[in-house]
Amino acid sequence: MTKSVENGPEVIRMSDSSVGVIADSRYLNSERPFLRIAPPRGWMDLSLVETWRYSSLLYFFVWRDIKIRYKQTAIGVLWAVLQPFLTMLVFTLFFGKLAHVPSGGLPYPIFYYSALLPWMYFSGALQGATNTIVENQRVITKVYFPRVLLPFAATISGLVDFAASLMLFLVMMVFYGIRPSPAILLFPVFLLLAMLTALGVGLWLSALNAVYRDVRYVLPFLVQFWMFVSPVAYPSSLVPAKWQWVYALNPMTGVIDGFRWSLTGSGPAPGAMLMVSTAAVLVILFGGIVFFQKMETTIVDVV
Amino acid sequence: MNNSAIHVEKLAKRYKIGERQRYLALRDLLTNILKAPLRRRPPAEFLWALKDVSLSVREGEVTGLIGRNGAGKTTLLKILARITRPTEGFAEVHGRVGSLLEVGTGFHPELTGRENVFLSGAILGMKKPEIVGKFDEIVDFAGVETFIDTPLKHFSTGMQMRLAFAVAAHLEPEILLVDEVLAVGDFDFQRKCLGKMEQVSQSGRTIIFVSHQMNHVRRLCERALWIDGGKVRRDGPAREIVNEYEASCLNVKADDLEHSPGPIAFTRWMVENSQSNQLDLDRCPDRIVLRFGAYAKKEIRKGILFIALRSGDNTILWSNLYHDVQINPGHMDFVHTFGSLPVNPGIYFWEIRIFDGHEWFEYVQVPEMSVISNTDSNVYEHLKGSLRLDASFDLQASAVVELGKTCP
Repeated sequence: MTKSVENGPEVIRMSDSSVGVIADSRYLNSERPFLRIAPPRGWMDLSLVETWRYSSLLYFFVWRDIKIRYKQTAIGVLWAVLQPFLTMLVFTLFFGKLAHVPSGGLPYPIFYYSALLPWMYFSGALQGATNTIVENQRVITKVYFPRVLLPFAATISGLVDFAASLMLFLVMMVFYGIRPSPAILLFPVFLLLAMLTALGVGLWLSALNAVYRDVRYVLPFLVQFWMFVSPVAYPSSLVPAKWQWVYALNPMTGVIDGFRWSLTGSGPAPGAMLMVSTAAVLVILFGGIVFFQKMETTIVDVV
Repeated sequence: MNNSAIHVEKLAKRYKIGERQRYLALRDLLTNILKAPLRRRPPAEFLWALKDVSLSVREGEVTGLIGRNGAGKTTLLKILARITRPTEGFAEVHGRVGSLLEVGTGFHPELTGRENVFLSGAILGMKKPEIVGKFDEIVDFAGVETFIDTPLKHFSTGMQMRLAFAVAAHLEPEILLVDEVLAVGDFDFQRKCLGKMEQVSQSGRTIIFVSHQMNHVRRLCERALWIDGGKVRRDGPAREIVNEYEASCLNVKADDLEHSPGPIAFTRWMVENSQSNQLDLDRCPDRIVLRFGAYAKKEIRKGILFIALRSGDNTILWSNLYHDVQINPGHMDFVHTFGSLPVNPGIYFWEIRIFDGHEWFEYVQVPEMSVISNTDSNVYEHLKGSLRLDASFDLQASAVVELGKTCP
């Protein structure tokens, strides 16, 4: 299209070679998709195939989240490192040096930072996912896409901060002379478990937040509360053996123990407790998908 | 091209009344649960935004959806766009659907123009290679090359709008659902959008187009569906249906009045002498009289009347407030007389509302006045303003005044 289009009167005389016609000839050759729009039925109609078709939009949502997060910040990604680092210092001083929490022979900074890594990721991703439906309400009332992309994107974009803080951890490992054991090969599994936990809980909270706005006020308390029932400030071995399985119902127990073990190689490999945590994650995630799906059909009429 | 692109059968959509207005708080939910044993919850009130709508749209057909505010046009569009789900019935759609319910869907002020083109394009359903391929065309169409790497928040409203429309105009779905997007921007921009729409509508794509601007529907659509009270009231050739609709807008039926919520409702309006909503500047006598008919259920003492004339882009060109208006029950006409109306040909809107001491009641079908003239001014179309003032021009010789010296 040429610049002449700029002037009002010319618009009407635009030539046939413009976009519309090209599109026309193209779609006649391709197969037309067919869609049936009907009232929501059943308890599970998330189409994975369809969600996959929107994967490029997922990419754009993640990209947007990351771009916006670092626009107009003075030190940008440093925040992602500063937060766990300062928290680690406080924990080391008060829980470690003063309260003498057992760390299983690990230096306190390593002990705390290896737990804060997944914890900071989890709480950040959870916050992003919870608010995402409300923040994008203008978009979701104007155009269709599988809504699940929004909380999903929030859990993925949190990985950028996570990667930055992981870099600092590697530096700390070198500093304390800790050599990774073969357990580090399982690290991606625990990272995946952390993502699934954030996604599962995020699905529940984002759908709830769309309908009940006070969820966002409850969230900071929930996150704080959750941290103290997870082995962040203390090792999970402090919990009496007979209550261990209940403790492991908190999926972050398995995630944090797994992080500590796979990154530092110290302590026993998580076994039965990891199984319980994994099962809990799957239940939360599956329930979250069903619940989100159920709310998805009404969210637009409510937000 | 006789395949059906959209087939809708017995479609219905029900909203809970109040669902949209009120934010629920968990607290409310909890108190409701606690009180539940003591008190029966009031039966939920429902509103059928759509009821029993069946229709078929052929491939390549350009259909206008017309009707008053709240008639259900947008609800129908939103169901077809999959934004909301129907309560009953179903719709079958053959082909990729693109929906354009607002200009600038997904725009973010912190991102640059370039980033926004990609983001908005992706949200509207384009794939990345598609956007890359059309990027230059989009920027060119919007005419914002120099600013493309500046954050959107530094763009003027007009520039944002142009960029947004440019993205939307380069969508290539087989079925396009458009809601009132042409009602934004200045006159020139509207022309451009309309031109683009015209071109798209001739490209063989199926388009459903919601509009309150009847001249746009006449110009773009071959067929019109008149939606009224959630049902299809009339369906047929655009010109015919639009004419019928316009005729009905000038006169509200008596039984509708009884159902109007407020103490007063506007019923009809017209430009005197033309008996319609058209003002012909050439045939204009020395005064212009507008009549707004209304029906009051009860007396209003010390009412306040507000009237405003808005241009096509919604700028208030003139307005006035009249205090202490005494309104008696029954039918009446609010008559406004103007010595002249110095406006150029185009579309204008009247806004008229009455305050009864508690609330404002306005004419819900925004009265649209089309001003026409054959003796047009000599200005290029896209430079034309709203006002037509009695001005004259004279070229006069003047004595050279040297700079620095004061004039005698």
